Amino acid sequence: MKQNGLVEVEIKHGDDKIFLKRSQPQAPQVGITAVPMIGSTESVVAPAGAEQAEALGGPSVPQSAEDLVEIKSPIVGTFYATPTPDSEPYVELGTQVELQTVVCVVEAMKVMNEIKAETSGAIAEILVTNGQAVEYGQALFRVRPD
Amino acid sequence: MLSRILIANRGEIALRIIRACHELGIEAVAVYSEADKDAPYLQLADEAICIGPADCAKSYLNIPGIISAAEITDVEAIHPGYGFLAENVNFAQICRDCGITFIGPPVEAMRLLGDKVQARKLAREARVRVVPGSDGTIEQVSEALELANKIGYPVIIKAAAGGGGRGMRVAHNDISLRSAFNAAHAEAEAAFGDGSVYLEKFIVEPRHVEVQVIADEAGNALHFYERDCSIQRRHQKMIEESPCPVLDKRTREGLCDAALKIIKKAHYVNAATVEFLLDEKKEYYFIEVNTRIQVEHPVTEMITGHDLIKWQLKIASGQTIKFSQRNIRQTGVAIECRINAEDPERNFAPCPGTITKYIPPGGPGVRVDTHVHQGWTVSGSYDSMIAKLIVHQRTRTEAIATMRRALREFVIEPIKTTIPVCLDILSHNLFVKNKIDTGFVERNF
Repeated sequence: MKQNGLVEVEIKHGDDKIFLKRSQPQAPQVGITAVPMIGSTESVVAPAGAEQAEALGGPSVPQSAEDLVEIKSPIVGTFYATPTPDSEPYVELGTQVELQTVVCVVEAMKVMNEIKAETSGAIAEILVTNGQAVEYGQALFRVRPD
Repeated sequence: MLSRILIANRGEIALRIIRACHELGIEAVAVYSEADKDAPYLQLADEAICIGPADCAKSYLNIPGIISAAEITDVEAIHPGYGFLAENVNFAQICRDCGITFIGPPVEAMRLLGDKVQARKLAREARVRVVPGSDGTIEQVSEALELANKIGYPVIIKAAAGGGGRGMRVAHNDISLRSAFNAAHAEAEAAFGDGSVYLEKFIVEPRHVEVQVIADEAGNALHFYERDCSIQRRHQKMIEESPCPVLDKRTREGLCDAALKIIKKAHYVNAATVEFLLDEKKEYYFIEVNTRIQVEHPVTEMITGHDLIKWQLKIASGQTIKFSQRNIRQTGVAIECRINAEDPERNFAPCPGTITKYIPPGGPGVRVDTHVHQGWTVSGSYDSMIAKLIVHQRTRTEAIATMRRALREFVIEPIKTTIPVCLDILSHNLFVKNKIDTGFVERNF
């Protein structure tokens, strides 16, 4: 279990079952629940890039989609924006992320895989919804790089 | 009947399975690697999921990725096709554990027959003649030497966990047996993760004859007659035909009955092929069982008029066999040529590349099973087989004439293919006169 970073295993026989869990902040298993879509709530924090541009005195140029970096899913599975059904999402629009920042979880075969940003910048777009099925290489977020 | 399945494969067999599904009203989910993202058959599937990059290990052999894809698309079953995970006991077990029907044999039967040594033992217990050889695995060279001298050279050392013609070495005397033993053991360890080997008498110039079988959960089994697959190069089949042109009725019956006995004894379910060697005296010897649908299944479909992939889907849906054996007839002669993207002039080196001109043959008696089309890029990441050309006519002479015509019509440019070699074989005197064996291609081409 240690080798694979597992903290919890459950194996049954009647009606068969396997449940595996990698290390993560909260303990209880995540089910598919109806959670309000990310981005529909609180106000957007002004992106760091725009602030810097203003501080330097230059015009605040809106950045086009081509400048944004995509965070793609490295596996097939189900996207979850939050660690548990009732907790806050890992990131929201405007959240500043670094290379190692966990941006979401993709569940595959009952293993919750924490997906890291692997880029630094601010979340500009959230392309998927909680509980949505995602495929390998599917874009999950777009980040405005620093 | 199953309502939705996932196809854990690619290329022509994925397309073949999609076709059978749609005719039975089953929804088909396809998976693909990034290298196959433009494959047109993905448009025919009801849903297509990207499961990884081109590398097989990360895509078509990626069990968690495939199971995850099955879960998110909510399928009831997975068809593994041939190759990849089709004979992977671990994968079949995981499907079972996850409540997904594996379209193939139960784990126990796959495990039993997948072990070539256990399969030989089972065949002997079923009173089916096996190639003389070791009872179990051979641990030491000294055992091999003793046995080889007892049954007589030449002998062949084979991997117990093997298949696909790998982990095999022939030896003609004591000296070559030592190195053959060590080489086979090492190759088996590297290819299959299991270095266990066994020994058999090497039958000189045999024909390779195999029997197609379907079995259901109630223990019923039907055979769909035999295929002769003697045209091989380095243990890879190139051309297959049915019926086997040198079998008499009695030998055919014995062969097909032997296949059924083995399948029933193993409590096998779904499609399998039981392989035999036929020596020059027309004696047949069991060698192994392939616990999957095979590349050459269309040959059997043409002569019996039965759709084997549909049979697989029906069996997996829990249906039992209502046909009786006498309803399955062999009609006419069918021949299949595998068309590979390989250059025969350069020792059959793989020739990936983009096909800019593609014109498949047609007309009476011609069937082409392929995923390839004009504009398709043949990837270097996968098997080099790009198409199967099958013909069916009333007699062998007519089938050969149709196959020659079809091969000449078939245009695949600019990549090199094995079409010219197939044409040469079909025109060869010995092939026409049925005087061939498994060494024919390597001796003559």
